[in-house]
Amino acid sequence: MNQDLFKFLLRWADNSLIHGQRLAQWCGHGPALEEDIALTNTALDYIGQATNLYKYAAQIEGQGRDEDQIAFLRDEWEYYNLVLLEQPNGDYAFTMARQFLFATWYHLVLNEMMQSQDAFLSGFAEKSAKELKYHVVHARDWMLRMGDGTEESHSRIQKAVDEVWAYLPEMFEMDELDQRMLQQGIGVDLKKIQTQWRSQIEAVLTEATLRIPADGWGHTGGKNGKHSEHLGYILAEMQYLQRTYPGAKW
Amino acid sequence: MSNKDWPLWEIFIRSKSGLSHKHVGSLHAADAEMAINNARDVYTRRQEGISIWVVPSAAITASAPDGKDFLFDPANDKVYRHPTFYEIPPEVGHM
Repeated sequence: MNQDLFKFLLRWADNSLIHGQRLAQWCGHGPALEEDIALTNTALDYIGQATNLYKYAAQIEGQGRDEDQIAFLRDEWEYYNLVLLEQPNGDYAFTMARQFLFATWYHLVLNEMMQSQDAFLSGFAEKSAKELKYHVVHARDWMLRMGDGTEESHSRIQKAVDEVWAYLPEMFEMDELDQRMLQQGIGVDLKKIQTQWRSQIEAVLTEATLRIPADGWGHTGGKNGKHSEHLGYILAEMQYLQRTYPGAKW
Repeated sequence: MSNKDWPLWEIFIRSKSGLSHKHVGSLHAADAEMAINNARDVYTRRQEGISIWVVPSAAITASAPDGKDFLFDPANDKVYRHPTFYEIPPEVGHM
């Protein structure tokens, strides 16, 4: 098995699954019925991406596991998503700030990934980039509304951006695995994306009358299985059924 | 879930090129841009459309329900308004 590619795929798949699971927690709790539907659609986009990536990862692994077994029967330290994505939803400002800053980055990642030498990944990127383009439009809209809205909404979204900020450096980390994948023409140059990302988000934050936080220390480790306390709770809830009734279907 | 500050919008979707926009329902949104986004999420999830129109519900003038008798009843016995009395040459086929 190509161990590098397997882990590389899991990083992207786990990002999508954990982010989708978090967003899905808003189902029935959105600030308005229409927004509730919008965010649930978005959550399902991510779950769909994760399904496709896990299927391919299972094929690369070649151990006869399927996408469900990979999603539901791994433990925390075998999950490689960004620490940002497992953080609790907080208020709608936090959810939207995270969504905006993450989706803008992931959209750029997918645009690069379209050039991947791996035929599956380039196809996956092309399909998913369309979904992400809408996620960015939707989240940007809320950044502007909240930032340039009332005093209350402005202070909440500013606080959210400040909180999310410390989780962002991990998005641009290029470890040895990322380097090897890049050299093989499969991976993505995350450093290259950083400049583009920065100018895109700065433009929106400025338009939203928000202050751009100072860069500093960042949370990291998720990409190599070191997580915050929150991932365990997500997995406990998400995996309960398959762990209790192995192989259950409905 | 309170929508008390968001106005109501009527949503029209065109399902494919050549067809006209059809009313599909209504939703709440703060402005036209948000109404388009919401309409996309609420009404086009199953590939129902390729174009969306949003119109503030307040901009629509409707006929009065109690005008039904004089507005619509007189059309009742005007069968000659239906083009059912023409012989259609067989070459034309189904119209």
